Amino acid sequence: MSPVALKGIGFYAPEKILTNADFEKIVDTTDEWITTRTGIKSRHIAHPTQATSDLALEASREALKQANIDPKDLELIVVGTSSSDMLFPSVACLLAEKLGAATPMAFDVAAGCSGFLYSLSVAEQFLKSGMYKNALVLGADIITRFADYSDRATSVLFGDGAGAFVLTNEEQGEEFILDLISGCDPYGTDKLLLPAGGSKLPASHDTVEQRLHFIEMNGKEVFRFAVKISETLIKELLERNHIEIEDIDWFAFHQANIRIIEGAADRLKLSKEKVMISLDEYGNTSSATVPMTIYEYWRKGRLKKGDLMVMIVFGAGLTYSIALVRWPL
Amino acid sequence: MNEQEILEKVKPVIADKLGIGEDEITMESHFINDLGADSLGLVDITMALEEEYSMEIPDEEASKLVTVGAMIEYIKNNAK
Repeated sequence: MSPVALKGIGFYAPEKILTNADFEKIVDTTDEWITTRTGIKSRHIAHPTQATSDLALEASREALKQANIDPKDLELIVVGTSSSDMLFPSVACLLAEKLGAATPMAFDVAAGCSGFLYSLSVAEQFLKSGMYKNALVLGADIITRFADYSDRATSVLFGDGAGAFVLTNEEQGEEFILDLISGCDPYGTDKLLLPAGGSKLPASHDTVEQRLHFIEMNGKEVFRFAVKISETLIKELLERNHIEIEDIDWFAFHQANIRIIEGAADRLKLSKEKVMISLDEYGNTSSATVPMTIYEYWRKGRLKKGDLMVMIVFGAGLTYSIALVRWPL
Repeated sequence: MNEQEILEKVKPVIADKLGIGEDEITMESHFINDLGADSLGLVDITMALEEEYSMEIPDEEASKLVTVGAMIEYIKNNAK
């Protein structure tokens, strides 16, 4: 089996920024309330003419350019998303069209905020097996379209964005993913959901009136799950790879709420400098948080080639995933 | 352990989770009204105390533990 290498990364955040001060005019809240309770100061919001595939396109172009791979040579496109342009076709197919790809296998992965790592895991298997050579993997979401702006507790959390990774399998490549664990707690399906718009509750006058097309979240339960699963997964990952927590250079957590990250970091006694943060600027961009965060740290020159990094995510499902990677760029 | 001993042990936990001084915390303190906790802050404290005292506090019970005194009473009766 050939190593699977990371060849390029891309990022896109929409132009429009919504600050906490802007929110003070929309719902009954204050900058101080939002900052202390979530760690979020601003978020980027997609333009009304943009759909998720448009965000994905911008991030993909950048990643492909860096990887020096022509879209026509892509054999696999996997998009982790919870906010596809429409129920079908998938964002991956719409993206393939916009990129001018040839005939890649293209599909979305529905794993809530864990979508990016689930997608990475799927793509890696196709490349490892030798079935495909080049893959484009994304986390892309316009999750704010499903945020209830009359609810001050949840609406402030979300932002829009996309992050893209280009992976190839090549004899001389450096292995990017050293280990990966994913799973789902099927008893948490009612903790975080978007109730209507699917086959169970198709859009109707009633579903609109009852505001069932917005995200519903049991914040307390999700918080409890996220903190505990983060601690459990990091310990398991370290143990089965025979490494110490001090050996890890970076922790890229899903950027949902600063208190989840701090809760997990406290329990594991992680040093603050190693915990990557981007939610202050971008909020929770659903499946895009991890690739966007990593891109931002890379762009600022903070990542060194060879750094050991842990990516860890959790989301609707309740799904979770953790990856141990060696940074190659 | 009596209530006073438990109070002295939980004070630093609550103070740390809520970013307040230990001297602000009394038996009568209401987590939300007096100590400025929100729902996640309460979960955070509950989780820390569950670990400290090797017990599980079900959500329906936790939602009743609105004061430091009530929390301590629960710990006294349920800690292992």
